[in-house]
Amino acid sequence: MNIVVLVKQVPDSGAERSLRADDNTVDRGAASNVINEMDEYAIEEALKITEAHGGEVTVLTMGPAGASDSIRKALSMGPAKAVHIVDDALRGSCAVSTSKVIAAALGGLNADIILCGSESTDGRVQVLPHMLAERLGVAALTGARKLTVDGSTLTIERQTDEGYEVVTASTPAVVSVWDTINEPRYPSFKGIMAAKKKPVDTKSLADLGVDASEVGFAGATSTVLDHAQRPPRSAGQKVVDEGDGGVKLVEYLATEKFV
Amino acid sequence: MAEVLVVVEAAASGVKKVTLELLTLAREIGTPAAVVLGGPGAAEALTARLAEYGAEKIYAAESEEIDGYLVAPKATVVAELVKRVSPAAVLLASTQEGKEIAARLAIKLDNGVLTDAVGLDADGTATQVAFAGATIVKSKVTRGLPIVALRPNSLTPVPAPASPSVESLTVTATESDKLAKVVERVAEQKGARPELSEASVVVSGGRGVASADNFKLVEELADLLGGAVGASRAAVDSGFYPHQFQVGQTGKTVSPQLYIALGISGAIQHRAGMQTSKTIVAVNKDTEAPIFELADYGVVGDLNKVVPQAADEIRKRR
Repeated sequence: MNIVVLVKQVPDSGAERSLRADDNTVDRGAASNVINEMDEYAIEEALKITEAHGGEVTVLTMGPAGASDSIRKALSMGPAKAVHIVDDALRGSCAVSTSKVIAAALGGLNADIILCGSESTDGRVQVLPHMLAERLGVAALTGARKLTVDGSTLTIERQTDEGYEVVTASTPAVVSVWDTINEPRYPSFKGIMAAKKKPVDTKSLADLGVDASEVGFAGATSTVLDHAQRPPRSAGQKVVDEGDGGVKLVEYLATEKFV
Repeated sequence: MAEVLVVVEAAASGVKKVTLELLTLAREIGTPAAVVLGGPGAAEALTARLAEYGAEKIYAAESEEIDGYLVAPKATVVAELVKRVSPAAVLLASTQEGKEIAARLAIKLDNGVLTDAVGLDADGTATQVAFAGATIVKSKVTRGLPIVALRPNSLTPVPAPASPSVESLTVTATESDKLAKVVERVAEQKGARPELSEASVVVSGGRGVASADNFKLVEELADLLGGAVGASRAAVDSGFYPHQFQVGQTGKTVSPQLYIALGISGAIQHRAGMQTSKTIVAVNKDTEAPIFELADYGVVGDLNKVVPQAADEIRKRR
């Protein structure tokens, strides 16, 4: 199995995040940037599959030069190599053009499975897996909480509001995973040292045959007009339970007409 | 006025509330037209409800192929319809499936797409809430028509009875639409409670609930208030409650009228999923818990005492 894992670098969701005042893009300069948490589960799943069935795992990232930190971190978990799409013209790209660039890069990687997190913790847009499948003409098995590989047949349990769906497809396929699928390994010291020497192939838009006018702000299919901080919620009334906390709580709910 | 296509989401219980919100919103932009995508006979059961909320037209795409494959045939149907009727906008629910249909539609039509909207103006400007509800963003599709996915509980559905005509659509799924085959749909028990992302009351439990068994306290209060049950990541990771009920950064985003947090400290990841709720109530034994910083009403105390007492009090008041 030849597996490509899509890894996105995002601002840490455990800290304050913001958009830039000048161009409304994600402020990466002020943020602590990390691997999108959901993608770590995709990396783990890829490694488990190749450990059981053989094959190689490649990390694919589109992002600014600074995303190389996240690529090394991803490689330290075990993948063999990485491809980093980096080009100044990509800044401001929408999901539609991002999928165009990633699809172009996947064209040269001959993946049986393209694994990714179901969503990123910054945008939470969830559109990329199906956009890629649509562009590449391959199956999309999305929202997986379980993935089984049997030869070239992939079967997932897709988590839904009502329960789950069992969905199956043949390779090649895009598979997106939730954080219920496994428990990602921590990189070992050996893994961290080895990652420093693993090959990272840098690709520009020209390398991928994508014109700069199709991406970035120039090629965006949507635009952010404006953004503002939401006024923070303020603390309301707080009472200490002195044996009547439950009654007081219901009194409050009654004044707000909930009971 | 041009039609506004509303992609209908339905469950066993009928049309989902978010679809009624979409129909309410669609009226502000043009003539609401509901698109039902399902197996044979799917539209009939939904027609009355869609009419009640202002659908002037119902497009019914009913086929085994819609039900038998994941998402892709639905996007093909909607894309063909968009090309034929040139609607003013396409509105979908910002759910896993709604976003996936929107994604494929955007590629098929080479069109922009906006998800997680909480509002949409007649000129196509969408309001989105980003970064754990801390940032409000105004955005617009700049290529093609507005394809916008709206989060559940963004507005109050308002009835506006209409008498829709029903038009049957021919479903012609392509070979690449039939690559991901749905083999089985398994319903997991959640009783008669409302869907988490659509509920107007959500009662959630955290690590402080202390055991799976003790979640019955959370369920009892939720049932008394007609609400859904949620859980923090800590509670889910501890095995107290199933993952599909997780509220937060890596779970569901909810925006109910009332959110009650029981034994939840209120880490930033949890706040990401609930801080746009209208009213927040918290019970926690730690007076320093960050959840109290955003709670409209907080009780510092042991939830094992406070919650049963509250439940009794609600029963007494009936």
